[in-house]
Amino acid sequence: MTLASRIGLRKAGPRNKKNRADQRAERLLGALACVVLALIAGMIIFVFQKAWPSFSHNGFDWFSPWAGGNVDDELNAIFHSSASNPVLTMHAWPLIWATAVITISAVIIATGMALLSAMFIVEFAPTGIRRLLEPVVRLLAAVPSVIYGLIGILVLVPWVDKTFVTDSAKQSVAGVISLNGSSIGVGILVLTVMITPIMIAIVVDALRSVPATWRDGAVALGVNRFRALWTVGVRAARPAIVAAGILATARALGEAIMLSMVTGSVAFAPNPIDGSIFFLEPARPLAATIIDNSEGLSVPPFAQTLYAFAAVLLVSAAFLSFAGWYVRRVLRRYTLSPI
Amino acid sequence: MSSAPVSGRLPLRKRLPQMPEMPKLRRDRPLPDPDEQVAWSPIDRLGVAACWAAGLLLCAIAFSIVIYLLVRGIQFVTVDAIGQHPVVGQSTDAGPSTAGGYLDPILGTLILTTIGTLIALPIGVGTAIWLSEYGRPSWLARAVESCVEIIAGTPTIVIAIFGLLVFTQNLFGFLSFTAEGGAVFGRSFIIAGIMMSLIALPLIITSTREAMQSIPAHVREASYALGKDKISTIRRVLLPASRKGIATGTTLGMGRIAGDTAIVVLLLGASLTLQGQGGGVLGTLKGTGSTLTSYVFANSPAGEANSPEKAYAAAFVLLIIVIFMNFAVDMLSRRRSDK
Repeated sequence: MTLASRIGLRKAGPRNKKNRADQRAERLLGALACVVLALIAGMIIFVFQKAWPSFSHNGFDWFSPWAGGNVDDELNAIFHSSASNPVLTMHAWPLIWATAVITISAVIIATGMALLSAMFIVEFAPTGIRRLLEPVVRLLAAVPSVIYGLIGILVLVPWVDKTFVTDSAKQSVAGVISLNGSSIGVGILVLTVMITPIMIAIVVDALRSVPATWRDGAVALGVNRFRALWTVGVRAARPAIVAAGILATARALGEAIMLSMVTGSVAFAPNPIDGSIFFLEPARPLAATIIDNSEGLSVPPFAQTLYAFAAVLLVSAAFLSFAGWYVRRVLRRYTLSPI
Repeated sequence: MSSAPVSGRLPLRKRLPQMPEMPKLRRDRPLPDPDEQVAWSPIDRLGVAACWAAGLLLCAIAFSIVIYLLVRGIQFVTVDAIGQHPVVGQSTDAGPSTAGGYLDPILGTLILTTIGTLIALPIGVGTAIWLSEYGRPSWLARAVESCVEIIAGTPTIVIAIFGLLVFTQNLFGFLSFTAEGGAVFGRSFIIAGIMMSLIALPLIITSTREAMQSIPAHVREASYALGKDKISTIRRVLLPASRKGIATGTTLGMGRIAGDTAIVVLLLGASLTLQGQGGGVLGTLKGTGSTLTSYVFANSPAGEANSPEKAYAAAFVLLIIVIFMNFAVDMLSRRRSDK
């Protein structure tokens, strides 16, 4: 403690590093930040510790597409096993496959939709429509997933059942699964509607923050408005488009409630060889499996299996945020984007 | 030289070439459309058409969702049902079941949102201040930053299942009810609220941080020049200036909490009404209940009580709450940009 501070004279601001109140505040706030850090570290460690028996028992077969077996039968066996003699066999490929198919298709469709809509909002929409669209996008982004699920299960699923599921389609997969409208197709559709608004908001912000002079330069060279936006605006906004895609993927990956409502809750791996029926086949992604089976958490081996699903989701989420950071860093080298 | 006039020379005015007649600028005629002045290839025209299609499709989807829920909601919502306790009743062939109200789910949503926000707000604002104003050592700041990003990307179902893992430990027995065998139930309003705060946290941190970083450095310097130390600058200058950003982030977080289902299904117990553990406010907080989202889920065809009419009515109430919150965010951010 300096003499000046002891007699009550305080030197100003940040130069005075030995200010006590300031140091205390920094430590307190730093501790809060560390709480956040510890929470995430704890989450990763706890979930993995709990999930480990399931992974170690099955080895690579846990993830393998060629392991065979029926996930629902396996879950049933695990649920009825005792703690002293646990069954842990789990070949989760159908769940992983369903998660991947639904997430990737929805994100691809949503990226296109979001890019076009954002370009429309930024460049082509008349003022009236633009004023209407922006709050609409925000509203769509805020609607809870359970409402989307409700509309999916009460409106879209019966409609798909009536319109697309023909008797011949039913017969072609009879004995394996039954088609009733609950399908990955509906899941992809509803998920696309859910994640598109999230992406639009980010892409619109990015397109708007591209310096107007860049676009004006392109227009002055005799390029039309669409070309100017496409070659200058969209290119400069690429890091933000990637960020939006990553955010949407994370959202799609973890969507449990809506997908558990509309995809039929059958642990079946839809087969692309089936042609157009592929999109009518039911499935069940990882997150939906956890929520559908949450009553079984009191059975230790069953809980270990569910935590293994959670661990896979957690790793994917962490990997996504890392990938997003890396891709943005690479892209930033090629653009002067202010994002 | 003689002073004789040079013959053959015309006066200056006559020597200038005849200027063509300038067209008169007519203000009443519209200027030529700049879009007509440049070449539009068919692909560009197609692109613009696609932008229009995407924008209009988005409008159509949003309006069909809102209008459909509005029609369905008005059909089944009765004003006095809002004040009544819910009862279990399935729809039968004889007629739809609209018995019972949704007082408890509404209360549940309110309680949960309040708890979640009360926990997330101080931690979030504190972390954001630390990240934006201190951030030393920088490796720690970077770690905290990526943690925030990871929480933002973590599926809520994983957060829920992690909460169950933590709070069924005997250490946290005081937060929920303990069964006779000594097993901690691990499901209560407090527990769900704590985990809910995790999904609001990244939103609060991000928007607070952005608001603080958008304050120009000279504002801080002016405060230091007046003899304020760092912490009082933060308290008296920076926090009031970023109040709007904090409010926006908090409201967004509240919307996410009110709309989440996975955490409610796993961590709030599956009781339809508020089941307090002991009397008083604390008893309610330690007890189980339901929220609007879990009520919708339970009453949808995917849930236990299959009565779509109740689900529609509750979804309508939920949508009204979401629209209201959206409106609040809109007002808050507009006021900020006006400033």
